[in-house]
Amino acid sequence: MLEVQNLSMRFGGLLAVDQVSLDVQEHEIVAIIGPNGAGKTTVFNCMSGFYKPTGGKILFEGNEIQGKPDYKISRLGLVRTFQHVRLFNRMTVVENLLVAQHRHLNTNLISGILKTPNYREREQKSLDRAAYWLDRVGLTEMANRDAGNLAYGQQRRLEIARCMVTEPKLLMLDEPAAGLNPAETKDLNQLIISLKEDYNVSVVLIEHDMSLVMDISDRINVINQGRPLASGTPDEIRRNDDVIKAYLGEA
Amino acid sequence: MTANLKHALFCAFITLIISYPILGFDLKGRGTSVALEGVDISTSIGVLLAVVIVFVFQLYRDTIMGSVRQLPAINPLANREPMEQSKRLKLESILLTLMVIGAVIWPFIASRGAVDLATLVLIYIMLALGLNVVVGLAGLLDLGYVAFYAVGAYSFALLSQYFGISFWFALPIGAGLAALFGLVLGFPVLRLRGDYLAIVTLGFGEIIRILLNNMTSLTGGPNGIGGIPDPTLFGMEFSRLIKEEGNTSFHETFGIAYSGEHKVIFLYLIALVLAVITAVAIRRLMRMPVGRAWEALREDEIAAKSLGLSRTAVKLSAFTIGAFFAGFAGTVFASKQGFISPESFVFLESAIILAIVVLGGMGSQMGVILAAIAVTILPELAREFSEYRMLIFGAAMVLMMVWRPQGLMPMRRIHIELKRQE
Repeated sequence: MLEVQNLSMRFGGLLAVDQVSLDVQEHEIVAIIGPNGAGKTTVFNCMSGFYKPTGGKILFEGNEIQGKPDYKISRLGLVRTFQHVRLFNRMTVVENLLVAQHRHLNTNLISGILKTPNYREREQKSLDRAAYWLDRVGLTEMANRDAGNLAYGQQRRLEIARCMVTEPKLLMLDEPAAGLNPAETKDLNQLIISLKEDYNVSVVLIEHDMSLVMDISDRINVINQGRPLASGTPDEIRRNDDVIKAYLGEA
Repeated sequence: MTANLKHALFCAFITLIISYPILGFDLKGRGTSVALEGVDISTSIGVLLAVVIVFVFQLYRDTIMGSVRQLPAINPLANREPMEQSKRLKLESILLTLMVIGAVIWPFIASRGAVDLATLVLIYIMLALGLNVVVGLAGLLDLGYVAFYAVGAYSFALLSQYFGISFWFALPIGAGLAALFGLVLGFPVLRLRGDYLAIVTLGFGEIIRILLNNMTSLTGGPNGIGGIPDPTLFGMEFSRLIKEEGNTSFHETFGIAYSGEHKVIFLYLIALVLAVITAVAIRRLMRMPVGRAWEALREDEIAAKSLGLSRTAVKLSAFTIGAFFAGFAGTVFASKQGFISPESFVFLESAIILAIVVLGGMGSQMGVILAAIAVTILPELAREFSEYRMLIFGAAMVLMMVWRPQGLMPMRRIHIELKRQE
């Protein structure tokens, strides 16, 4: 469903991403790994429209999306999280989930002021979806707390829930396990698998936690210094000499 | 301690060299020449006293400010348990109803001057509620808000002067034009945030004022526009003699003696209705998707975009809606004054409206309304202190910000009940 072909991104004299290609099929979890500064997040930023790539193509369900504005890409069903949690801190947890469902604002300005039945119905639907996902990530008790006051692990889960209420087709997670303790990482593990199994969402994730990556990924792409180094199943990657070299240095 | 002493000495010295040359000397005309003379001894003592006060305050600054911070503890409500949601809402709605009823009765018991002042308060409430959308909710620092107020006022003044359009028709036109200006300003500043945005909006405000000042043939320039008609009530005029063909006069229709107060009261009531409409409309907007989108954009623009919110739509809607209500207020203002000139739309006005929003508590409607009342009435109450009243006003603001940096009534999040998942 997603195909990245020969993606390049140049910042002035620095070629941060060089001819990277990857693809994601439906019902699949794909990981991107690589040492720090390898250009993983840059790839993400290009895919989600935050950067306009300097070369290459990105196809989502057959349509070229490279260079499209970020919010339009997100409306196509390609939604991402961030390396550092980006919640709306001074809004409540429920409100965070409601905002995510407000992609089309202008259509309901008048009906909202007049509180038409149609508007109420739509609001109720958003609320129900929010309630469902809060329950799913175990944050129902926190519904009316300010998002900024949640514990870090809860914030991470809320961020994923916030993506899921938009009903995405492809979810991009940028280091979802960063800063989580082992128990929380295990929960996250199950959550991501369930997103794929129960909600039929494909997932692309960047992660440094190898146990997580190896456990849940169907395929792994390795990037080193902006260049694709290897790709394959977790087993293939584990045995790949180039990857071992890049991670551990020459033996 | 030595650091404090040094600092205190320095502050005292600065006080001395700033205040003594200004207050301590007097220019006296002697025939054709002007001579510099030292003033009487009491002023010098005053200056010295001020220097000593500054010195002592700076020396014990930490202790003094520390005890000032303790002060909220005196407030018996400070440490109470937060009220339950349902109880609080009930109390709030009772309070609001009482306020509106009081506001309706007010003109019939108060003096003409007081009613006039109350009308001004209502105009400021409208302005502040509108700016609250832009600054408090959407987090876009707008220093040129007065421009939209001017657009509203001038559209009514010009329309009535050139086309004889009445208040009631001018009201939506003025607000609409202001909204259009908001939209136009919105486009170039879409990419800007924070300080940069503030400077551009400041420039925009000045451009409007300078245009009004210099397009003499159209706006009368600094002379302003006079003879702006009063609003009519279903074709009834509030003047002693009917000005326009076909209208009747209010006092004759109801068979009561003419009184200049009728007009003042009527204007007040119009302003009240419009202020209530403004408050209710914005309250609804805040709880609607667009309101949440404003706040989301304020909180984190990148996250908002990643969730499919269009920055353009959200920012422009905030600017447009904020400007719309400023246009409302401007039209009422023009009608109340009967005369407007660019003098009324200087930067200080923008600053005062912004101060109201900040003092009230960003995003909080109740707080903004209270602050509008306080900020408009306080300088009037302090009138006895004549030239010191702005000083008192300033001091009150500084103290407010030290005590309650979050504003009079900080914004409260709305509690949303969720259905339990089965």
